[in-house]
Amino acid sequence: MASLTREELRDLYRYLLLTRGLEERLERLFKQGQIVGGLYRSLGQEATAVASAFVLDDGDWLSPSIRDMGALLVRGLHPREVLLQYMAREGSLCGGKDNTTHFTIPELGLLGPISPLGTQLCVLNGVALAFRLRGEPRVCMTYQGDGASRTGASHEGLNFAAVQRLPVIVILEHNRWAFATRSEREAAVEDWVDVAAAYGVPAASVDGNDVLAVYDAAREAVERARRGEGMTLIVAETYRMIGHAQHDPQHYVPKEELLEWRGRDPLARFQSYLLESGFESRAALAVVKEGVRRLLDTAVDDALAALMPEPEEALAGTFAGDAAAVPWTRRTHVYPDLAHSAMPS
Amino acid sequence: MTIETREASGQDTRSHFKETTYLEAIREAMWEEMKTDPAVFIMGEDVGAYGGAFKVTEGFLDEFGSSRVIDTPISEAAIVGAAIGVAHMGFKPIVEMQFIDFIAPAFDMIVNFAAKVRYRTGVGASLVIRGPCGGGAHSGPFHSQNVESYFANVAGLKMVAPATARDAKGLLRAAIRDPDPVLYFEHKFLYRRVKEMLPTDEEILVPLGVARTHRTGSDLTIVTYGAMVHKAADAAERIAEEDGAQIEILDLRTLRPLDSEAIIQSVRRTGRVLIVHEAPRFGGFAGEITAQLCEEAFEFLDAPIRRVTALDTPIPYSPPLEDYYLPQTDDIVKASRWLLAY
Repeated sequence: MASLTREELRDLYRYLLLTRGLEERLERLFKQGQIVGGLYRSLGQEATAVASAFVLDDGDWLSPSIRDMGALLVRGLHPREVLLQYMAREGSLCGGKDNTTHFTIPELGLLGPISPLGTQLCVLNGVALAFRLRGEPRVCMTYQGDGASRTGASHEGLNFAAVQRLPVIVILEHNRWAFATRSEREAAVEDWVDVAAAYGVPAASVDGNDVLAVYDAAREAVERARRGEGMTLIVAETYRMIGHAQHDPQHYVPKEELLEWRGRDPLARFQSYLLESGFESRAALAVVKEGVRRLLDTAVDDALAALMPEPEEALAGTFAGDAAAVPWTRRTHVYPDLAHSAMPS
Repeated sequence: MTIETREASGQDTRSHFKETTYLEAIREAMWEEMKTDPAVFIMGEDVGAYGGAFKVTEGFLDEFGSSRVIDTPISEAAIVGAAIGVAHMGFKPIVEMQFIDFIAPAFDMIVNFAAKVRYRTGVGASLVIRGPCGGGAHSGPFHSQNVESYFANVAGLKMVAPATARDAKGLLRAAIRDPDPVLYFEHKFLYRRVKEMLPTDEEILVPLGVARTHRTGSDLTIVTYGAMVHKAADAAERIAEEDGAQIEILDLRTLRPLDSEAIIQSVRRTGRVLIVHEAPRFGGFAGEITAQLCEEAFEFLDAPIRRVTALDTPIPYSPPLEDYYLPQTDDIVKASRWLLAY
């Protein structure tokens, strides 16, 4: 059982609220046309990302998947940065060059994933290898959905981490759906925790919608990794309560299944736990909610005020100290003198 | 084949020169960089205990230990992925592909992660992926390929293909020190056939992105790289003897960034150009170079641009088939004569 202080419990609650609230704001902005790309929510599975990331220390590294907004916020990413990135603004950390949860911020120990799934585990292994080469007791944590866990990169990454005994915690979010494909069609195992046996690593299965259960499992795995005993695979049993992205009405999901899982909503459950256990009063939780609301209001206002990037920014940054060539049709003199010497090079 | 380098000619009595093969040059570059920079280390399949399939890393495990010479599972994606991550942390990994053909399983990690990571995130990945490429060793469709064209259209990668021992050493050193991902294609046919006198008391460093004039001439430019530099040189000698024409050979050395300026300047001077590469024709580097010359040297051309390349087929195993597949000196002679007579 987690030995968390009242402040830590309140923080966990706050991050759950912040995650859900930020994603609700994002959805609203998407519908207003402010988000030009895809929006993938973590509705219903926020506890897995929040509670696991909460175990990490400064100096550890984490790589989220698309449904791990909560982990980014726990690592210290400001909601404003998330909004700026989704809204493709100039002032975003990537300058408008990438989207979604793709944040690489060494200072926060964040490694951005890429859209081909499972690849970030392979890269995070390299971060963990650096920790080992330097003799540092730091650890890495990453996430993969049940779908993502079926890619070649995921298999190679799990095996590499296992063989090299790297300090890596992999959280397999068994949320039942990979886009519109049931997890039964992603793998033939009945219990997903069985996949760990193929890699010879310790594994745990946990109720991914139970904040404290996720926290306990993650803490045990992190401590094992920090002791130099290698990786752990944690299977978090959860459910994706919304379509793959905003364009997906989720018509393929049986209504009764959604209803059943709605009863296990992680935020509602944790709130009931805090109230029923006497850790928090309704008044205290209302103060937290108000704080989150105000933070998000300001963040949205800031993001909406930010400019779009200058078009020429597209040229910069492929290599260190290097920019791509400007196409001659984009130059001021579109009709150069036909003599060769005047041709743009 | 033995290459007379500028340093070697007439100075063989100097004791600080040593005969060095192309393979030894690669070894030495890695060895010396690992000696001077603790951030440099090697990862790959059978690179440690066995010393690499071609023995390029023989002795490295004993000298540097298993934390800097890491034998990995047969997982090219995982190896390249780990290289990217460790590079983010300030290390400078050298990844060996046992054969460059096996870079294909790592394609996603290279083109989607390594190549794009600086642009997307501002955090670069200084890493080298090196491995034996090329045909002529009767190794069949999966141990003989030239893969540069697969990566030519991907922004964010540098690519190197040395023809000489000096360049093999100097370019690998530059690649290791480069802040961005470099694919280093070493031609297995040249490993032990190329021998040069190289100085032992001088740091050989060849900057990326600069072509080298392998032979000067005024009648025709052959633009080429890798093992084809030597076939082009043989062809040029034959034409000089039999026809009296002087062919300039431009060895690109680095494929990306391409030294377009050197190509354009040479072709503007000679007015005729033949592009030779061992990779298949369609979508190969010769196509891009042709396009650049059409844009930048059209008025200087006295003849059409011609290509000599491998066939647009997989590379076959049986020697007569492989020889027919690969560009040969006779092909280069024939194409050169056609251009010179145009």
